[in-house]
Amino acid sequence: MINLDPLWLTAKLALITTLILLVVSIPLCYWLCYSRFRLKAVVEALISLPLVLPPSVLGFYLLIAFSPENAFGKFLADYFDLRLVFTFEGLILASVLYSLPFMVNPILSGLKNLSPALQEASFTLGKSRFTTLTKILLPNISASLFTGIIMTFAHTLGEFGVVLMVGGSIPEETKVVSIAIYEEVESMNYDHANIHAGILFLFSFSILLAVHLINNKSRKTTLY
Amino acid sequence: MIQIDAYKMLQTADGELPLDISLTIKKGEFVSIYGNSGAGKTTILRILSGLTNAEKVTIKVGESLWDDSLKKNHLPVQKRSIGFVFQDFALFPNLTVKENLEFALSKNDSKDMVAELIELMELQSLQNSKPQNLSGGQKQRVALARAIVRKPEIFLLDEPLSALDDDMRFKLQDYILKIHQKYELTTLMISHSIAEIFKLSDKVIVLDKGKIVKEGTPQTVFTEQKISSKFQLTGEIISITKSDIVYIVQVSSGNTIIKVIATEEEAKDYKIGQKVLVASKAFNPIIQVLV
Repeated sequence: MINLDPLWLTAKLALITTLILLVVSIPLCYWLCYSRFRLKAVVEALISLPLVLPPSVLGFYLLIAFSPENAFGKFLADYFDLRLVFTFEGLILASVLYSLPFMVNPILSGLKNLSPALQEASFTLGKSRFTTLTKILLPNISASLFTGIIMTFAHTLGEFGVVLMVGGSIPEETKVVSIAIYEEVESMNYDHANIHAGILFLFSFSILLAVHLINNKSRKTTLY
Repeated sequence: MIQIDAYKMLQTADGELPLDISLTIKKGEFVSIYGNSGAGKTTILRILSGLTNAEKVTIKVGESLWDDSLKKNHLPVQKRSIGFVFQDFALFPNLTVKENLEFALSKNDSKDMVAELIELMELQSLQNSKPQNLSGGQKQRVALARAIVRKPEIFLLDEPLSALDDDMRFKLQDYILKIHQKYELTTLMISHSIAEIFKLSDKVIVLDKGKIVKEGTPQTVFTEQKISSKFQLTGEIISITKSDIVYIVQVSSGNTIIKVIATEEEAKDYKIGQKVLVASKAFNPIIQVLV
């Protein structure tokens, strides 16, 4: 019987990563859209870095940083009793960094496309920044939020390099589907690899299909 | 009484331009701001509302100080008693007409004001529609109503009617006047239409390259004072034709076209498209070129 643990672990990782990124990205994007901070371009470039960097590079740096031999890893271990190398928590943090642009980019472009007068109108009606964000800005970029959520989820499902570097392959802890497939192929266990790969393929395809169907539909309705 | 003194360097297409104005507006007055684009009209409204900061500014509204750059005193937009109507309406697309109005209410406000405005602006049949399903004139009525929900002291209108056709303009001018009078507002409106300014305003300010160049009632600003007349209208020359020894000048004013006789000498000064004032001195209408 095929072991389904890697599938559940992957789904759990993708879900938690998506939730964390949603909470982090909204204020981050609001700041990126409206602040006049001079070094904003640097921050934007850093966020987009995972798009172009080989996952192994990011994984390598994270591995070094998380290591209890080094300052950051030692600090976490000493004060929070938190070990991030070869643990599920480490995978989450690595995934959050790795998938950040997939959440930030759609939300940021959604905000930038809104007329600045919407926010100003809300201010002139006596509403705070927070109320304006939650009642006006976010509801008007719901399509971008949806795209961000789906793309982050799908992208986290497909992670390999970073996960391999930071997480290794510990069953029920860090062994996600992409790694399970790799190991099964290495041990010539093609049947199991096929099932895992097939499930991932179908699942990823269907959610991307859903995104495009919904986006096309919303484009039609906003035009008229 | 509202007193504004402001200085701000504007970045325009032709380089930097200092906006330097000093302005006093009486409570309850309807003031229009007239001038070329890029003269700084919108910036004045934005500084007054707190949406734009100026390098040097003092704004006093009645007894309260809204802005004082010397004392680093700046009342945030949210705390100023203003209603702002944006050029592109800025209605919230995710809310219905009624919800757009209700959004402006504070927590404990009753919804009576919203109901009253929906009736006043004749929005009953539209109240559950989303803004994207409304026509330009309907959107503008919603924007006007929404800006009044909080019963502001100062009503700011940034070229509210520029995107509308003439019929709609005339109707909306009536709505604006109705609101201004009913809620005893002090209104500042940017307008490019002299006819509109004549119809609505007590006072007009002409702005040119960041400076106030003329100020007064529409009559004194747009016409020379030597004329005293029984009635006068403004309009645009649409044709000049020779008929025997005189010229017939047709002037379009509002919905009507007026035919006025001119001598050859007078007709030489007129051009089609020119803005003019048609005034009647007793039984003898005369035409005078504006601005």
